[in-house]
Parts: sequence; C-alpha cells; structure tokens
Amino acid sequence: MNIEAVSAIYRFEMARARRTLMQSIVSPVISTSLYFVVFGAAIGSRIQSVGGISYGSFIVPGLVMLSLLGQSISNASFGIYFPRFTGTIYEILSAPVSPVEIVLGYAGAAATKSVILGAIILATAWIFVPLHVEHPVWMVAFLVLTAATFSLFGFIIGIWADGFEKLQIVPLLIVTPLTFLGGSFYSIDMLPPTWRTVALLNPVVYLVSGFRWSFYGIADVNVGVSLGMTALFLAIALVIVGWIFRTGYRLKT
Amino acid sequence: MLVSMGGIIEISGVSKTYASGFVALKEINLSIRRGEIFALLGPNGAGKTTLISIVCGIVQASSGRVVVDGHDIVRDWRAARSLIGLVPQELTTDAFESVWSTVSFTRGLFGLGSNPAHIESVLRALSLWDKRDSRIMTLSGGMKRRLLIAKALAHEPRILFLDEPTAGVDVDLRHDMWQLVSRLRAEGVTVILTTHYIEEAEEMADRVGVINRGELVLVRDKTDLLHEFGSKRLSLRLRSPLAELPAALAPWRLELSPDGRELTWLYHAREAGAGVGDFLERVRAAGIEFADLETSESSLEDIFVSLVRER
Ligand SMILES: Nc1ncnc2c1ncn2[C@@H]1O[C@H](COP(=O)(O)OP(=O)(O)O)[C@@H](O)[C@H]1O
Ligand SMILES: [Mg+2]
Repeated sequence: MNIEAVSAIYRFEMARARRTLMQSIVSPVISTSLYFVVFGAAIGSRIQSVGGISYGSFIVPGLVMLSLLGQSISNASFGIYFPRFTGTIYEILSAPVSPVEIVLGYAGAAATKSVILGAIILATAWIFVPLHVEHPVWMVAFLVLTAATFSLFGFIIGIWADGFEKLQIVPLLIVTPLTFLGGSFYSIDMLPPTWRTVALLNPVVYLVSGFRWSFYGIADVNVGVSLGMTALFLAIALVIVGWIFRTGYRLKT
Repeated sequence: MLVSMGGIIEISGVSKTYASGFVALKEINLSIRRGEIFALLGPNGAGKTTLISIVCGIVQASSGRVVVDGHDIVRDWRAARSLIGLVPQELTTDAFESVWSTVSFTRGLFGLGSNPAHIESVLRALSLWDKRDSRIMTLSGGMKRRLLIAKALAHEPRILFLDEPTAGVDVDLRHDMWQLVSRLRAEGVTVILTTHYIEEAEEMADRVGVINRGELVLVRDKTDLLHEFGSKRLSLRLRSPLAELPAALAPWRLELSPDGRELTWLYHAREAGAGVGDFLERVRAAGIEFADLETSESSLEDIFVSLVRER
C-alpha cells in the first residue's frame, strides 16, 4: 500500500477545500440557517410536532443528510474531474498508485469534508433548536457511511462526466429531488398510502430515517433496513468503482 | 534492428490502435540502454507521445510487452513506474498550488517521504527556487515547463522521459535543460526525449530512433547515423577559373560553379579517410591550384528528410 500517495492526494484535496473555505463552510451554514427560518419558523409554527418531536428538531437530521449527500457528490466528483479536465491526471496515472489508493485519497478527502460539514450543520442547528442524540455511535456511523458512500458516487460521476454540464446534472436532476422527497422535511407516515409506497423506492428515505432514528429513536422504516440499505449503496458504489479501474473506463485510452 | 537484451527498457511488439480505429503504433521493438540519452525523432503525429504514454502506464498497448528494468509494466507496474519520471508534452499543471507543494505532491505520489533538501536542489537546478512559494498560475510558460521537469525529478527517477522538452522554449531554458540532462546522464539516469527538432537529437543524444507513421524506421548510434547516411561536400576555391572539368577527374562526382572558381566534390561519409587525400593529389596532378578548402556534412535533418521520404 502506497500510504504516502494516499496521504498526498488526501492533503491536496483538503488544501483545495481550505482555499475555498467560504464555499466549503460558510455557504452550508447560511443555507441551513435559511432552512430553519423558512421551514422551522414559518412552517414549523403550523406543525406542532412529529412523533412527539418539535418540527424544528425533527428536520435537523434531514437537513444534515441533504447537505451531506449534495456536498459529498459535488466534492468528490469535482476532485477527480478537474485533473481529468486540466490533464494533470497524467501524473496520477503514471505514478505507482493503485486504484484503491486513488479512491481512498479522493473519496476519503471528500467524505472527511462532508463529515466536518455535517458537524458544522449540527452545530448551527443547535443554535436554533434543542438537539438530542439518543444513539451517538449510530449517528456517527450513519454520518460516516453515508459520506463515504456518496463520495464514492461522486467519484464515479467525476469519472463518467465529460463536461462540466454532466458534472452538475446528476446532483441537480437526481440527488436534489430525491433528498427533498426523501423525508427530510416530513415523515413519510404523513403521506397518503400510495405515495408512501412510492417514497419507499427512494433510497434517501432509508438514509434519512436511519439517521433520524439515531437522534430521536423514531424512524419511518426499521433501522436495520436503513443500515442494510446504506451498506447496499456502499457495495454498489464499490462495485462500480472496481469496474472503472479494471477497465480503465474514461481514464486510460 | 539493434535489440540488445538487458536494456533498461525493452519494448517488444508493441502496437496501439486507438478506440477510433486509428493505428498509432505498429509492432514497435526497441531496447533502451542503461544510462544512455535516446532521442525519438519523428514528425508530428508519428506516435512518439503514444509510445511514451504506454511505457508510463497512461495508455494501454493493444498488444506487445514492455519491461522496465526487469519489471513488466502490466504485471509489475508499481516497481516499473517507481523508476520513471515523465515530463509531458503539454503544459498541464494545477493552478492554485504553490511550486513547492506541487513538487512535494509528486514525490508523495511516488511513495517517498518528504525530502526538502532534494526538492530544494531540484528547484535550484531549474531556477525555480525563488518561485517556490508562488502559485503555479502566476508562472510564465517557460517557468511552467521548468516546473514540470522539477516534478518529474521529485522522486529521483532512474529513467526520465522528456516529451518535446524544448517546444516553444526560450534559449535560457534550452541551455539549462541540456545542462541538467548532462548532469543526469553523469548520475547514470537514462533519458529518453522525443522531438521533431533534429538539432535537439543531434546535440544531445547518444542514439537516435526515427519514428514515422507509427513505425520505427531505424535506430542507430548518432555518429553511425551521420556516418552511414551523411553525405559530405568538399569545396575548393580555385586560384584561376576553370573552363571545364579535366578528364583526369572524371571518376569523381564533381560540380563546377558557373564562374568556374569553385570546384565541389560530393562524397559519402564512408569514403572519407583515404579518399580525400587521393582526391586532392589528383587535383594537383591535373594542375589545378586552389586557394582555400572547405568541407561540410549533412545534418540529421537532411538524413531524416531522406529517410522519411523513402517510406
Ligand atoms: N486518444 C486518441 N484517439 C485517437 N487518436 C489519437 C489519440 N491520441 C493520439 N491519436 C493519434 O495518434 C497519432 C499519434 O499521436 P502522438 O503519439 O501524439 O504523436 P506524436 O507525439 O509523435 O506527435 C496522431 O495521429 C494522433 O492524432
Ligand atoms: Mg507528441
């Protein structure tokens, strides 16, 4: 294992985040605050509580997931797409660095940034609403697993994309709708039965539900199912990444 | 074809057909000797970059095998790549990183711990030391080229590939680069450079491989190449004009200038040696007096043009 290389890529990516600190940290803090103002204050004043939890507190895990998914994907996809775009990827490809090491470096850094981001959002939320974490270990586990999984998906998108447009299109057309419809702002129990069934096809539901359970002990779906689904997504991402490197897809001509 | 076993790089039967169906390399066999400076010479689109990219692991060969210092580049890729430094043809750099950090980054990629002393010496050798904290995007094109070389040397490679190192480069850098290459050679580093400038090959290389349309046309020691293909001319400035060529000089390939004052003999480099003295004796015997004498030989350029045209 070329640890030095993993660390070099990881540090390079973290340095990139430090240079764009505003974008990396300030913007999620602002958008989270806005969600609280709009959803927590405006709508929350009409919805008393969900499952015994105040609406403001109820949406916190969903908000964290919302940013976690979006940022993991955009960070990781940009991280690998940019060297492909500028051509500096030659250096990675000609170095004694294995695919696993490349992924560890890029996706690892993206996941780290997402976890830090999640922590920042939680801290911001704390200003607005009381937070209570019933299962802290599971909370961290869901946070890390989700960050890792979606950083891998981001990595895949960054390899698949052959233009900046494609880089944006998946987060915009797939991930954002799924997260908004994934029970971040409501419990799917609040939906009519048909829509509840449809919602269960949305992978994000399982992520949000499991994460929320780790806070308040309430869940839309059984937490075991949530965990299983999270693991499944991780496995899918790993299989695709493995295939990319085995075939050299979009990396080697 | 000169194929000696045990070269530091052994390329055998390497072909490359791109996804587009374009055949960029056809059955290349090439052995690079340890410690030599090898120039891969060929016009644009000949396949030079493709060949280098295959050896470095960036492009996958369609067939054939490459062994670097005993390590197969596919099976034993990690060991093979560890030995190689690559300076790409295009100026591909990051923008926001500092010179120092990007060079350290490369060293890290090759699995080596930090070694500030080595990086300092590389940056100094390339006149980049003063720029070590500058962001890459503030560097000029020439400076970026230097930086790419510095990056390629960051991990102390035993083999250095320079892909068109002097394309669009100023005189200073050209000079620094040659100095660096000589120093590397003295340290036993094998250098492979590609170029479509003949002077570059002529100036620097021990051996030259000529590549054209994906085929390695020939590989020779540079001096042999000049010797084998070089034609020479010997011009005599005559004391008094000559109306016509004397019959006694008929066996030689001679040209007389229109004013009759210059006599030029075209001969092959192979005929040098005894032939020249013989020729001059015959000239004097024919009663021709000359005031001055000049010889010149064809450059690699002439050789190259004739070789490539033949195909
Ligand atoms: N990715 C690619 N797909 C298709 N053709 C390519 C690709 N890369 C290079 N070529 C073609 O292969 C030939 C050789 O290219 P290259 O190795 O870059 O030549 P050189 O470095 O000698 O100028 C050129 O005709 C080029 O257009
Ligand atoms: Mg080229």
